[in-house]
Amino acid sequence: MSEVRIAGGGLTRFGRFPDRTGRDLFAEAGLAALDEAGVDPGEIEHLYFGNFMGELAEHQGHMGPQMAEAVGVRAPATRYESACASSGVAVREAVRTVRTGEADVVLVGGAERMTNMGTAGATEGLSIAADDLYEIRAGMTFPAAYALMARAYFEEFGGSAEDLAHVAVKNHEHALPNEHAQFRSSITVEEALDAPRIADPLGLYDSCPITDGASAAVLVSDDYAERAGLDAPVAVTGTGQGGDNLALQDREYFARSPATADAAEEAYADAGIGPGDVDVAEVHDCFTIAEVLAIEALGFYDPGEGIGAARRGETTRHGDLPVNLSGGLKAKGHPVGATGVAQVVSLARLLSGTHPRASDASGARVGLAHNAGGTVASATVHVLEVVA
Amino acid sequence: MSGDERDQGTTGGSDRGRGGRNDGFDDLLDAIEAGEGYYLRCPNDHGSLPPRRVCPHCGARDLDEHPLPESGTVATHTVVRVPTPQFADDAPYATAVVDFGTVRLTGVVDADPEAVETGMTVGATVGESRTSGERLVRFVPR
Repeated sequence: MSEVRIAGGGLTRFGRFPDRTGRDLFAEAGLAALDEAGVDPGEIEHLYFGNFMGELAEHQGHMGPQMAEAVGVRAPATRYESACASSGVAVREAVRTVRTGEADVVLVGGAERMTNMGTAGATEGLSIAADDLYEIRAGMTFPAAYALMARAYFEEFGGSAEDLAHVAVKNHEHALPNEHAQFRSSITVEEALDAPRIADPLGLYDSCPITDGASAAVLVSDDYAERAGLDAPVAVTGTGQGGDNLALQDREYFARSPATADAAEEAYADAGIGPGDVDVAEVHDCFTIAEVLAIEALGFYDPGEGIGAARRGETTRHGDLPVNLSGGLKAKGHPVGATGVAQVVSLARLLSGTHPRASDASGARVGLAHNAGGTVASATVHVLEVVA
Repeated sequence: MSGDERDQGTTGGSDRGRGGRNDGFDDLLDAIEAGEGYYLRCPNDHGSLPPRRVCPHCGARDLDEHPLPESGTVATHTVVRVPTPQFADDAPYATAVVDFGTVRLTGVVDADPEAVETGMTVGATVGESRTSGERLVRFVPR
């Protein structure tokens, strides 16, 4: 089995670019990844592309070949859709293909155009990740779904909106030097608590923004990296994916994420590590409560203990386990289909010392990327390690 | 499930450009509206909502209709202040997941959104979105 190395990554700036097409966003990120890797587009054997709502945002389906063409790749190209985990599952497929030896060089990425839909339009677009008949027609939105989970968490384990505000404050602070981030401004706990409510108990600063952006990474086999003389010190050593009932109402618990726990268990076993070995993590914080649920399901905290992690400083850049040094979805932004690959690119840069927050992860050898779809009916976990 | 009502084509259905009636779902809304709500139950006593051929909890395939209890309790709730366009004129409103014992339903609570609490007793009914006129599950405090 081949070891899978990350040879290069590319990200657009994340933000509000309503006039930019998905194809142009991905071209920028894809070309940056190819250039950083030093790999010619003609070498790419497959493109794995994540996108969630191209049909709604720009009336575009069949985006695989379109995106391959945009970066000069002529190879089989497939779009993956798993809501906000779309490019997380694309990474998983890319990793598996390289591991089995079916391909030596692949491009994986994602893109999402969202702000052209407006807030109401994007809210409606995102809602198709839930059960249309039994959730969306019943008035649920995604902020509302996570609010239902947050309320259930508070009632089962305790915790408060103030604890959640600390997650937002932390991730905003982490994003300050990140030139790709949508928000590069500090906020305070008071500002977060005073912000307009979106769906009680979640407010504006508990929610990730609506974002345009793209991400890409070139994955290669260790043999290819050696043959081509590529500088690719970070490997994807573990991959896992979990699933759950689509609708929140059909879950046993509202305040736990078994899909994440299953994905983590598989990825840890695959990499031969445990949660205690992880030095730095990028987790899916589409809402502040989502980061709490993630760090518990990933095994970093027992249920009920994750809510205070940011407040206690344990997951800040000065803590024992920095979480979302890139700023997370909260501050870096969440171009839905691009997020999973963006996490992997950010993590590889943190581990290889090329990320603006790398000094806060100095000495880190093991990183974890967690990408979730919907109310975590889909989840992927990838373990990255410095191997060279 | 009977197809008699859907043949009449007079109830339910969506005008959101997504293909009209949804068998199973609209049948259930018709039944709740008539005070004869039901849910599906598998031999292992797991509840689910139609249309289903397989229990989403254990995979059992013999699902029977059972009467939906007259009331349930709010399991979790929120106040939606930023809605989708279909609920633009409804906001703010309370959305809740209500536990009916072996099955749960999600819907809008017909009450002051700030007054909704976990554990509150409600019954299920069918109402409309004030914005789109589309039918939806509503909960009435009991």
